[in-house]
Amino acid sequence: MMANPTRIASTSPVLEGQPAPSANREMPGAVKWADDRIGLAKIGRAGLRKVFPDHWSFLLGEIALYSFIVLLLTGVFLTIWFKPSMAEIEYDGSYQLLKGMPVSEAFASTLNISFDVRGGLLVRQIHHWAALLFVAAATVHMLRVFFTGAFRKPREVNWLIGVGLLSLSLIAGFAGYSLPDDLLSGTGLRFVDGLIRSIPIIGTWAEFFVFGGEYPGDILIPRLYMVHILLVPGILLGLISAHLALVVYHKHTQYPGPGRTENNVVGYPLFPVYAAKAGGFFFIVFGFLVLMGGLFQINPVWIYGPYDPAKVTAGSQPDWYMGWVEGAIRIIPALETHILGTTWTWSVFLPGVGLMGVLFTGLGLWPFIEQWITGDKREHHLLDRPRNAPTRTALGVAGMTSYAMFWLAGGNDIIATRFALDLNAITVFMRVAVFVAPVIAFIITKRLMLSLQRADRERALHGSEDGVIVRSPDGGYSEGHLPLSHEEQFLLTQHLQHRVLEPGAETDASGVRRKKGGVSKLRARLSRWYLGHDIAKPSAAELAAAAHQGSHSAHAVEDGHGAAGVDGAGINGIEGPRHGADAGHGPERAGLHH
Amino acid sequence: MSHDNLPVKDPDLGHSVPDPGLEPHVERYTDVDKGAGNRAYAAILMMLAAVPVLAIAFVVIYFAVPRDAYIDFGLLKANAQNVGFGLTGGLAAVLIGVAVIQWARVLMSDEESVELRHAASSTDDDRAAVMGLWDDGVEQSSVRRRKLLLGALGGAVGISLVPAVVLLADMGPHPTARLREETLERTIWAEGILLLNDENWLPIRPEMLEVGQLVNAQPANLRDLHGVEAHQAKAKAAIIVVRMDPNSIKVPESRKDWHVSGILAYSKICTHVGCPISLWERQTHHLLCPCHQSTFDLGNSGVVVFGPAARALPQLPITVNADGYLVAQSDFTVPVGPSYFERDSSQDFKDGDQ
Ligand code: HEM
Ligand code: FES
Repeated sequence: MMANPTRIASTSPVLEGQPAPSANREMPGAVKWADDRIGLAKIGRAGLRKVFPDHWSFLLGEIALYSFIVLLLTGVFLTIWFKPSMAEIEYDGSYQLLKGMPVSEAFASTLNISFDVRGGLLVRQIHHWAALLFVAAATVHMLRVFFTGAFRKPREVNWLIGVGLLSLSLIAGFAGYSLPDDLLSGTGLRFVDGLIRSIPIIGTWAEFFVFGGEYPGDILIPRLYMVHILLVPGILLGLISAHLALVVYHKHTQYPGPGRTENNVVGYPLFPVYAAKAGGFFFIVFGFLVLMGGLFQINPVWIYGPYDPAKVTAGSQPDWYMGWVEGAIRIIPALETHILGTTWTWSVFLPGVGLMGVLFTGLGLWPFIEQWITGDKREHHLLDRPRNAPTRTALGVAGMTSYAMFWLAGGNDIIATRFALDLNAITVFMRVAVFVAPVIAFIITKRLMLSLQRADRERALHGSEDGVIVRSPDGGYSEGHLPLSHEEQFLLTQHLQHRVLEPGAETDASGVRRKKGGVSKLRARLSRWYLGHDIAKPSAAELAAAAHQGSHSAHAVEDGHGAAGVDGAGINGIEGPRHGADAGHGPERAGLHH
Repeated sequence: MSHDNLPVKDPDLGHSVPDPGLEPHVERYTDVDKGAGNRAYAAILMMLAAVPVLAIAFVVIYFAVPRDAYIDFGLLKANAQNVGFGLTGGLAAVLIGVAVIQWARVLMSDEESVELRHAASSTDDDRAAVMGLWDDGVEQSSVRRRKLLLGALGGAVGISLVPAVVLLADMGPHPTARLREETLERTIWAEGILLLNDENWLPIRPEMLEVGQLVNAQPANLRDLHGVEAHQAKAKAAIIVVRMDPNSIKVPESRKDWHVSGILAYSKICTHVGCPISLWERQTHHLLCPCHQSTFDLGNSGVVVFGPAARALPQLPITVNADGYLVAQSDFTVPVGPSYFERDSSQDFKDGDQ
């Protein structure tokens, strides 16, 4: 017998995190002891069977979380031996090639961890791989959140926390990369020195304050150590806790599908299923990182050698997550202005400090910008399929393309030598590509998303092709269509389509009178650009007509409305629950809400 | 539970097709076939049973394998202990993970549950109540009647931030004009200082250099410095010495005495962000910075020919001393390395200057 699932929402008895107890059980002694003091049962009752939806893309954030835990564990191990000091000593460890060389204590202790502490190399390498994975997982996780619209109300705050986490993780990684005081990390610091110095007005002061005087000084590594093991991890820990607390409070978003609504969450209970899956997944990430640390060498600082301010290796590269900044710094043309006896070094400040500022500010503002353009004030717990937000998806792909171009530019020397190309030509090409490639990517992606929308519309109206080609008496060929399952038809049509904002509208989208002014021209134009090209999804009436027609002839007729915009037919920027009213829908919408 | 605080009032808004409700639950093979269930159970137990074996192997490797034993895979040479730890430890953790996930996937019931959401906002009731409580508190605090209290408190706390910030003023020395002159604006080069080849630390005679040759050099007085001072000095004083055919280079009038028959010395510190420059193309006289590929023309007073650097490489005036060795005539005439805010670098050498 198939078990019947729990039916949806208001008509069914639903679990609300507080299911009726299945039996009258006494608490075991130890738990009772704890409950007497800290009220465990209340928390357990609310949380033990909390429902989490399941999807592979929800694992990305988990990977980031688990890599962070691995970073904490391995980092603490490293601190047992690492000496954050730039004092010069003679290297006297077991790595023969550097014996007797003057090196800093930081460098010597890193070699000590790598060669003389059993398991030290493993832990160092796990730590570095985990750092790379941490930033990578956080980045891909953010992309998932972006493309599915999971940042929309009520999750804007969590998006902001996420942007903070991502920027801090870059700082954490960069500070860590600098600690071993090898030739590569010194080159990175030299770059930071130049970057700080380029800040207008306060640059020189900031440089002297950060480095404790002139570069390189002897205090930077102890300071970075504090930043790396206390300040940044402390803030990260706090932000990660807040991030997770908000996930619990909002409950996880879910992908649309039969029975999934804005008001429910369908999935597996925390205890035992989700806990087992998440806990098991931690061990897999951990194990994978241990294997990486054991089998794949990373950051062999003894090969780079100790830092020497007069040396640099050709082809030196930062860790992957700094590559895009590196690229921007490489391709910017020389640019310095001189005002009243001062020098403003734009060609370092703009690509370095400026670009990072633009990226993180842009990311932070995005949810609010989108809300302003669409006028959407509703809570969203069902995720968007990326095709149903074509402009957002196209913007995201354009952003990724721009990032990729900068990142490639960060390897222009490697590209030049690998492919025997002219370095300067690549640089000039990249100067153009970082602007042009995203535009092309935007146009292609938007087209692609719109044709996916069109295909969805066709499929919802006419069903799937049955694979049987029929030749008609007058010589034409056509293919029959099979009706879709109710579930699929629902999936293809469940999404909300927002109506383009009209300039000067006196009432907001749900017909409530505005307190102040209407929609400005600019906002209306943006809204048209953002929403105006959507392919209208089929209305109930159109579906009914198509079904009717389909029952007369198996061969569907081309649908004439395929390319129509949603103006007038779309759902407006619907207000949240408190304002409840949902007047003002296009005529086709009438009667849709049973 | 309260159902009047759902996130949206109209979950079906815009639906052209009514929600069909959850799909029926389909039982898994391991649910219906007792044998399959038992086999999955056994597989999970086996995975967990392998973990202690791996853990023991890890410990054995720790104590039995010498620290400096290497595994040789031809091209790849790897520390035996490290590989052993990685394989045993990594596999053990992966096995625990796979076993637990497998348990969750095939042995735990996979019926989905549904939970209602709540609007993120508080209820109207709570909102009204909290505003009431707030007003009571404000009333009790008497700030309504004694209006200066809040402003005075804010001012007091605000001002006390100043000492807190001032406490940081000792983070580094203050780069005032005088300090800049002693630090950023000078290097340890001075009249008569020998140029030492930084490979062998020997002084350089002009005849040791062939046309097209480049050597890295340091000032001889660098050897008197140690530790941090040596690093700071080296980070600015490093130079490159090149010999070019005097007929193939442009020497401006103002620098005609700065070279020794085609031997010129330039700062090795890139004027972009300060990388030591190293890639020399003898045909074109171009020097390429490996960091961001700024390219300088050493045959033309070090002007920038490509890339993000905005300033020519500073040239060090050199000559030969009585013993026939290359020495500096003075310090650099402009600061080396990246420009900084307080100094107008527009008067530094530019292409076409005499
Ligand atoms: C928050 C995220 C973190 C990131 C992204 C990160 C990243 C890094 C990186 C890239 C390195 C250079 C490793 C190498 O030598 O190859 C490093 C070194 C180091 N990290 Fe972390 N780390 C993080 C957290 C921590 C924590 C929490 C601790 C300690 C409690 C820690 C302690 C250390 C120590 C002592 C070193 C220097 C040891 C060495 O280089 O061998 N790290 N870190
Ligand atoms: S440091 Fe030389 S080009 Fe940037």
